[in-house]
Amino acid sequence: MTLKTRIIPCLDVKDGRVVKGVQFVDLVDAGDPVAAAIAYDAAGADELCFLDITASAENRDTIFDVVARTAEQCFMPVTVGGGVRTIEDIRKLLLSGADKVSINTAAVNDPDFVERAADKFGDQCIVVSVDARRRQTVSVGGANRSDWEVFTHGGRNPTGLDAVEFAVRMVQRGAGELLVTSMDRDGTKAGFDLELTRTIADAVHVPVIASGGVGSLDDLVDGVRIGHANAVLAASIFHFGTFTIAEAKAYLAEHGIPMRLD
Amino acid sequence: MTASVAIIDYGSGNLRSAAKAFERSVRALRADADVAVTADPDVVRRADRIVLPGVGAFEDCMNGLLAVRGMRQALDERVIQGGAPFLGICVGMQLMATEGHEKGVFAGLNWIMGPVVRLEPRGGLKVPHMGWNTLRITQPHPLLANIPDGEAGLHAYFVHSYHLVTADDRQLFAVAEYGQQVTACVGRDNLFGTQFHPEKSQTLGLTLIENFLEWRP
Repeated sequence: MTLKTRIIPCLDVKDGRVVKGVQFVDLVDAGDPVAAAIAYDAAGADELCFLDITASAENRDTIFDVVARTAEQCFMPVTVGGGVRTIEDIRKLLLSGADKVSINTAAVNDPDFVERAADKFGDQCIVVSVDARRRQTVSVGGANRSDWEVFTHGGRNPTGLDAVEFAVRMVQRGAGELLVTSMDRDGTKAGFDLELTRTIADAVHVPVIASGGVGSLDDLVDGVRIGHANAVLAASIFHFGTFTIAEAKAYLAEHGIPMRLD
Repeated sequence: MTASVAIIDYGSGNLRSAAKAFERSVRALRADADVAVTADPDVVRRADRIVLPGVGAFEDCMNGLLAVRGMRQALDERVIQGGAPFLGICVGMQLMATEGHEKGVFAGLNWIMGPVVRLEPRGGLKVPHMGWNTLRITQPHPLLANIPDGEAGLHAYFVHSYHLVTADDRQLFAVAEYGQQVTACVGRDNLFGTQFHPEKSQTLGLTLIENFLEWRP
C-alpha cells in the first residue's frame, strides 16, 4: 500500500468561464468550467484545480458559484486559487465545496495570513503557490548554483524574494502543500523546471505539486522521478486532448510510478 | 416512513460535498431518506442517522461544535443514549477521540479512546498525508462491506497531518500504510469514523456511505 502520485488538471477560470476552452469530444460547452470538471472527474483525475483569474471585483463571486455547482456533481477533491486574500475568502470557498485553497500574492504580502489561515482551517487545506523565475546561475566556489525569484500577480510582478527560501518559510508558517510553477516554462511545453521543483521538494517536508511547461508524458514522469514532485499539474495537454488522464496515468504506471487506476 | 440523515453544520467543513454525496447514495439505494444540513439540535434529536464532517484544526472545530447551543447535549442524547448510527468524517472523526494534540492539548468527545497526534515524516515521506491510498481492513465492519482492500484494492482520499491513535485495538477497523500505520477507520457500537473523505473517495466512498445508510447497529 502506497500513497499514489496525483495527476491534477488545472482550469483557468475568468468571470465564471474557462479561459482556454477544454476540447473534449463529448463536451458541448467548452467554456463551462463545471462541464469540464465533470469530464475530468469521469476521466479519473486525482484532483482538480481551479485558478480564478477574474480581474474585476464585481465578478469575483462567480468562482463561488462555479465551485458550488462543481461540488454538486463531482466527488473529487478540488483546490481553488486566485484572489484568495482573507479568512472569509477561504471560508466561503470551503463552504462552496473546495477542499483546499491556494494562496499566492497574499502569502508574499502578508506571511502572517498563511499562519492565520493554517491555524483556522488546518495546514492540510492551505496550499501556497510559488511562481518562480530563474534569476541567474551564480558560481559558488567553482560550483554553479541556481537561483529563482518569486513573482506575484500571475508572474508579472517581481518580489526580490528567493523562491527556495520563500518556500521553506511558507511551510514554517503552516502551508500544507506547495504548488511550484516555473514562470519560465509555463506555456512552453518544454517540460518542468526540474531543478526548481527538486530543490524545493527536497527542502520541505510537505508535498510539492510541479507545474508549468508540460508538453509530453515523459515530462510528467520526469517531474516525479527527477523533480521529486508528489503531484503533477498540467493544463493544455489535457484540455486540448493531446493526452487523456487515463493515458497519462497508464504511462506513469508503466514507468514504475504508483498511480490510482480505480 | 421517510428516514432522516442530519449532517451537522458547525461552521466547519465541506458540507455541500458531504450532503451531495449522501443524496447521491440515497438515490443509488432508491431509499426514502431526507438529507439535511443542520445546526439545529432538535433536528439532530429527531434524526435517524447523524454525520459529523469537519475540516480544520482540532481546537477550532471542537470549539465550533461546542458553540452551537445544545448540540453537544443533543449528540449525547441521540447518539450515545439513543444509539443512532453516527459517522464522523476527517476532523469530525478526530473529534470522537479522547483528546487532540494539535496546537495544544484539547478535550474531544471521548467516544473513542486515544489521542489525535501528529504524523511524523518518516523515510522522506511528506506530511500532510495527502492523496489517494489503499486501506488494510483490520477487522470486518458492516460499513466496510464490499470494499476491496490491500494493494489491488480501492483508494480513499486522505488529506491530514494528524491521526487518531486508538488505545484499544478493538476500536480500530482500517489503516493505511504511509511509513507508519495511519488510522483510517475507527468505531464501536453505533459509532464509526473515517480519517479519509468518503464524499471525495469515488467508488470506495460512495460504497461506504451506502453501507452507512443501510447500517442497523
